[in-house]
Parts: sequence; C-alpha cells; structure tokens
Amino acid sequence: MNIQWIALIVVLFLSGPVWAGEARPLADDPASEARLKHLAVELRCLVCQNQTLADSNAPLAEDLRREVREMIAKNMSDQEIIEFLTARYGDFVLYRPPLKATTTLLWVGPFLLVIVGATALIITLRRRAGKVVDVPVTEDEHRRVEQLLTEGGKRP
Amino acid sequence: MNRFLLPLSIFIVVVVFLGIGLKLNPREIPSPLVGKAAPDFSQPQLFEPAKVFSPADMKGKVWLLNFWASWCSGCKTEHPVLMDLAKSGEVPIYGMDYKDQRDEAMTWLSRWGNPYPVVGVDDAGRVGINYGVYGVPETYVIDKQGVIQYKQIGPLDPETVEKKIIPLVKQLEAQ
Repeated sequence: MNIQWIALIVVLFLSGPVWAGEARPLADDPASEARLKHLAVELRCLVCQNQTLADSNAPLAEDLRREVREMIAKNMSDQEIIEFLTARYGDFVLYRPPLKATTTLLWVGPFLLVIVGATALIITLRRRAGKVVDVPVTEDEHRRVEQLLTEGGKRP
Repeated sequence: MNRFLLPLSIFIVVVVFLGIGLKLNPREIPSPLVGKAAPDFSQPQLFEPAKVFSPADMKGKVWLLNFWASWCSGCKTEHPVLMDLAKSGEVPIYGMDYKDQRDEAMTWLSRWGNPYPVVGVDDAGRVGINYGVYGVPETYVIDKQGVIQYKQIGPLDPETVEKKIIPLVKQLEAQ
C-alpha cells in the first residue's frame, strides 16, 4: 500500500464527522413528531437504501417525511400511512417485510437452513458413532500393555 | 467420490445464488403500480403555467410519462434517446419536471432540445411520490385505458427502447 492510499484513508476517517450531519427535526408538535419517528424508523429510504426514512437526508426522504407528517395531521392510522407508502413503493419501503408468497423464502429460509444443518450434524454423528467398534483384547496384548506402561515403552 | 459430491453440490448451489445476487440491481425496485391505473394529477404546464396537464387529457392514447429534471445527470444521458424516440413518432413522450426550477428547466430544454409536446411541473415532488418515483429519470408506459404497463427506472437506452418500449407500445396500440 503506498502513501497516497494511507493518506486517503486517514482523510476519510477524519472527515467522517463533518458530513455525518443529523437529520433535521421532524415536526413541531411533539406528539406527532414521536409518531413520525416511530414510523420513520420502520421505513426504508429508497435513495440510500440502508438508511431509514428517519436517518436519511436525501431530498426524497424529506418529501416522504413531509407526506407522512401531513397524513399524521389528518389523523390517519399507522396502517393507513404504511398502506399509502407500500401502494407506491412496494414492500421494499418496509424494514419488516410482511409474510406472503413472495417473501416465504426470506422468512422460512433461515429456519430451513438450521433444520438442514442440524439434520446433517445428527446423521454425521450417528454414522461416526457406528464406526467405533469394541475390539476384544487378547491375554497377550494385555500383558504387552502392562509391560509398556511399567517399563515406559522400552523395546524388548 | 461420495465424500466430495456433497461439498461440491453445496458449493455449486452457493455459487449459483451468489451469481444471481450479483446480477440483480438493488436500485431496481419492482413497482407495485404496474398494472394499476396511473395516479391522477393536475399540474401547471412548464411553458404555459396557466394551463394544466392531466393524465385525463391522454385517455385513448398510448403515451410515455417521463420524470426528469435539469439537475439530473441521468436525464442528460437519456436525453438523446428521448429525442430520437420523439422524432420517430412511435409514441408521444410527456414530461414531468420533477423538483426543479422553472427557468432552469426551460433553459435546459431550449439548449438540448425538447422531446415533449407538453411538460408538467411537479415542483414539490408530490406527483413523483404518487407514481413511486425515487430517482429521476423514470419513465412510465401508460395504455389507452390509463393503466401503467411498464416502468423504466433510470435512463432509457436505445436497446431498451427498441426491445421493450416500442414492441410494448405497438402491442398496446393494437388493443
């Protein structure tokens, strides 16, 4: 790694706090702000896809927060607000995708993998246990063992 | 033989899944609006602000609705493709100037050419939200009944126009 790369990395690390600005306060009324926050952390910003709507500073996220704020002002329920957004942007806006035909693999997949893994483990352990067989020890071998243990393995 | 068969098959399955994952574009989110009625709006026109532009004016026609903005770099990339498509006369392209400054939008169009018969103005981005727009340019193919039949996320390229848009428009025209 040459010096330019190291310098670049150092600069990036130092500049981190500068661009990581806080998202602007969400609403004036504390109650609706709390509701907006509660909703916005469940919703994905579509522009910077690994940020929630609450965290994102993207213009679209600001517009969507404004939209949600207006719906809260109209006394719409959380479910109605979420339906409004999924009707437009699909289940992708939800950080907790609903369980339906298209998301079955997502929900069931991890459990399926655990079951497959556990089954494979049990089968392997059983098989291995079957391979260990008791071998009868003859009188001669017994004596030889005694001899080895007492004499410390000296060759006769 | 059997010892290697199982790890090998697991490896192949993993590679196939990763391969599919690599080919997916995370920016292309399937739109729930395809197959549904195009959301209604009534927006002032860019060149004649006193007049409104509404999808209701387009009933009985197959048309494209293109969300663009003068600040959007992808729109510049897409622009020659739209100009060619407009010139070919295959399908009318209507514009929606998304979260833009009116004067800048007009300068942009006079500088690069105007492929749109009418441009609506969506300065607050509300029409965009109703259409599920999350990054301009986005283009919708809307049929005679006003139903969205296709959504293009990102710039249109000549290949997409030739292989998807034009055949789809022809098929919808025939209906």
